[in-house]
Amino acid sequence: MSHKPHLDHAHLLGLLGTMIRIRAFEAKCAELYQRQKIRGFLHLYDGEEAISTGVMTALGADDTVVATYREHGQAIARGIPMTVLMAELYGKLEGCCRGRGGSMHVFDRTRRFLGGNAIVGGGLPLALGVALADRMRGKATATACFFGEGAVDEGEFHETLNLAALWKAPVLFVCENNLYSMGTPLAVAEAQTDIRAKAASYGIPGETVDGMDVIAVEVAATRALDAIRAGQGPQFIECRTYRFRAHSMFDAQLYRAKDEVEEWKAKGPIARFRGWLERSGLAYDDEVLRLEQAADAEVAAAVEFAEAGTWEPIEDLERFVTMDEVPA
Amino acid sequence: MPSLGADMESAILVEWSVKPGDTLRRGDIIGVVETEKGAIEIEVFEDCVVEELVVAVGTEVKVDGVLARLRGTREAAAPATAPARPAVVPPPAAPPAAAPREPVPRAVPPLPSTRVRASPAARREAKARGIALDGLTGSGVYGAVCLADVARAAAAAPARKPRGGFDPAAMRRAIGNAMSRSKREIPHYYLTQSISLGAALAWLARENESRPVTERLLPAALLLKATALALARVPALNGFFTDGEFVAGKGIHIGWAVSLRGGGLIAPALHDADRLSLTALMAKLRDLVQRARTGGLRSSEMMDPTITVTSLGERSAEAVLPIIYPPQVAVIGFGSVNERPWVDAGRVAPQPVVVATLGADHRVSDGHRGGQLLAEIDHHLQHPEAL
Amino acid sequence: MSGEVITYREAVRRAIREAIQRDPRVFLMGEDVGRYGGCYAVTKGLLEELGEDRIRDTPLSESAFVGAGIGAAMAGMRPIVEVMTVNFSLLALDQIVNNAATIPHMSGGQFAVPVVIRMATGAGKQLAAQHSHSLEGWYAHVPGLRILAPATIEDARHMLGAALADPNPVLIFEHVMLYNLEGELDPAVSAVDIARARVRRAGRDVTLVSYGGSLGKTLAAAETLAADGIEAEVIDLRVLRPLDMATVEASVARTRRCVIVDEGWRSGSLAAEIGMRLAEGPAFFELDAPLARVCSAEVPIPYAAHMEQAALPQPATIAATARGLVKPA
Repeated sequence: MSHKPHLDHAHLLGLLGTMIRIRAFEAKCAELYQRQKIRGFLHLYDGEEAISTGVMTALGADDTVVATYREHGQAIARGIPMTVLMAELYGKLEGCCRGRGGSMHVFDRTRRFLGGNAIVGGGLPLALGVALADRMRGKATATACFFGEGAVDEGEFHETLNLAALWKAPVLFVCENNLYSMGTPLAVAEAQTDIRAKAASYGIPGETVDGMDVIAVEVAATRALDAIRAGQGPQFIECRTYRFRAHSMFDAQLYRAKDEVEEWKAKGPIARFRGWLERSGLAYDDEVLRLEQAADAEVAAAVEFAEAGTWEPIEDLERFVTMDEVPA
Repeated sequence: MPSLGADMESAILVEWSVKPGDTLRRGDIIGVVETEKGAIEIEVFEDCVVEELVVAVGTEVKVDGVLARLRGTREAAAPATAPARPAVVPPPAAPPAAAPREPVPRAVPPLPSTRVRASPAARREAKARGIALDGLTGSGVYGAVCLADVARAAAAAPARKPRGGFDPAAMRRAIGNAMSRSKREIPHYYLTQSISLGAALAWLARENESRPVTERLLPAALLLKATALALARVPALNGFFTDGEFVAGKGIHIGWAVSLRGGGLIAPALHDADRLSLTALMAKLRDLVQRARTGGLRSSEMMDPTITVTSLGERSAEAVLPIIYPPQVAVIGFGSVNERPWVDAGRVAPQPVVVATLGADHRVSDGHRGGQLLAEIDHHLQHPEAL
Repeated sequence: MSGEVITYREAVRRAIREAIQRDPRVFLMGEDVGRYGGCYAVTKGLLEELGEDRIRDTPLSESAFVGAGIGAAMAGMRPIVEVMTVNFSLLALDQIVNNAATIPHMSGGQFAVPVVIRMATGAGKQLAAQHSHSLEGWYAHVPGLRILAPATIEDARHMLGAALADPNPVLIFEHVMLYNLEGELDPAVSAVDIARARVRRAGRDVTLVSYGGSLGKTLAAAETLAADGIEAEVIDLRVLRPLDMATVEASVARTRRCVIVDEGWRSGSLAAEIGMRLAEGPAFFELDAPLARVCSAEVPIPYAAHMEQAALPQPATIAATARGLVKPA
């Protein structure tokens, strides 16, 4: 069944709203981290909002999402409430993983969100496995697997793509190519910088997409998912994007020039989409303002929720090391 | 000063991008700090006006230290956001401190060369038997004293040479160790029985009239014989508990508790007490007590008791709850004999009554078995002529 | 017992066949399991019998197919992943240790990972250092994993079923020298536990603890000792994580001496763990001799036969070690 994006007003505002919500959440995370409310490693999604938003809107509730340690954008776009997300970042019991995982390990069973993986490339085989299982059980679902261009260097990427193509596993591989693998620019790490071409070498059809254009991403994702559901096997989307903030919080960004960052910020997904909507008369100033205020309010409520949260009792330390049964 | 990572402790402010009075919007850069990873820009998280730059350029500031004072300008369109927000919600308790879960053993100091090497099992056995480890030759790995060595030492323990004396402190220690071990390891249960000695003592008086003085019987002989005969009927209480199982005694050898002058208690064996006539038993009893008090006991008399009997004597408490002497499985105590009201055939009359108490190892026997024994003792004491 | 005599290999094959036939969620994947019939011929014939969907040949991509097994388990299947040997499992360590072992706990109990991973392990075939590891002790170090070492025909036949029923990741280590082992299968037994150790031989003078490929050597050593008047009690651990220390402690409390036989290298080995658990518990006070162990020499396993045998635990060494505790010179 083909899923065509309906570019009506509600949908468009929805896309913008999601991106604004993600941006607001990430900004708050930066602040809270600096105030030591969030600890460990924090990887923020500023600049890449269009990718998670565009892909997620094309996915169904029965599809599965596997993401990386930079997954707040995917989590929010997938519908995981900011409250349980923030509580997880605080390490609270009310977090989606009881505070066990933190920023890099967001899991949500009901929304088929399988992390959150701190090992670059570590989620690809998992996504393959889920897709394989769904196929073996005759389901028409797909698994969206997000990863950065750094993952493309790991053996697991190559092993997984080969196997996915061989078994026609219904995986949508989404590469978020933000041009820097932590501090290493693309050209310094890749002999072949055309990521889509790597997938093609495994026989997986792919597309290179402007990752700053949420509509372009949605269209590409929709097209790819249609192909997957039609039984054509895995598909690949390389989204060219940029990371506005540092790799993680403690990063002096010595590896890139400030004006490069400013240049990209000017053509960022939110500014660009908002500009296009306003120029096309599809959205008005006050509507956008309301979206921003709603996002801020939602974030504030999430912080309140997290602040009021409780700590998992230490007696529960060994709980769930082993499971008594598979959750229904 | 923001925390940018868990291992960041402080940073140096190297540049201010603003001056007091400047208006800033959320996300604007206010300055630059130098960390070990390099220079990092600091942003503000709300719309504000710069009031005061507290720290001068070049100052090293610890994380959380104040860098500047700002005044928020944005009206709260939504519930107030941090940082200006006062703590409306009481700050939640800090995460529970991780209590140490398992005791971490302290570093063991190196073995002083004078310390005897002995296996844990041997050490425990030696302590229980009151045997000193030094002087024992070890035949175990690394020349350590092991169980076999302790058992050998115990068997070879010379019979007390009649020196007329003994070491009360050592005896107290040995008794203490044995009693501690008993209470620690043996699940004791207790049963008591009040026994009328009217018939027995009446018979005893008559019997003694016809005996020469040297062969006169004491009530203790009756108690001992009755106990021995009872054990013959209830062998489950006559023996030892070793290596996790009960081993029946090869014969009924009653350890008779003898108190020693100067303090101390010893319970040497009256061998085959069930087979001795009262006369013979009495003679052996006299002999045993005398040798116990003069230090002339044989090692077999110390090793062989299959059960211990203790009697408190004349002017003492009415009942005793004795402690089993391991590895035996039972102990019997007799309190003092007292005149008490006694009901017989519906009538109350004074009788000499003794309270017999059985302490037994619940791993080996239960109340039913124990009750049987006391009933047997009672029965035999009601028929003294058959003793 | 009047049971059929079969090989360990055949026992595993039957277990796989039965599991796949009984439960549509079960399938097996690994290198050369289908067309080749399995590196150790365990799955010979199963592709023709059960089909490509249930017996899947994979490319040489340990990380991907082990991870796929984990993902498939999370999505409702009960996969059996066959890693050719423990030596190659090192390529999939990330998936096993960082995903399978962590996801149930890290997700706060939202996801179980009911995957079974079978691996051949051990030395003795002159395959040299890179093909002769015994790393089950390493895996037994990781919380979240259950580690099994079937050493008998019965366990080879029935442990797989229990492992598939477990909602947690289970690793099964099959020692390479056991595949040709022959034994009688008791028709009365249709299931085994994957929790307890077993006393394979009762004895009174010393406890010999072993598992997997070393069990046979340990039993042989016990026979030698018996001729010397020393009765050894032999315990087959069967489960390496979680360890059934209750069985071991009860035995040591009686015999007062213990030798642990482990084909891994002694440093940081499973033998070290078992020894420590004995020493830190009440069994310490029952000991009449120091704890002892027989492990592989601390060398990469060599190719030449005499050198390989010198490096591995042998019945003679096990017997001598035990004798040294009972009758020290």
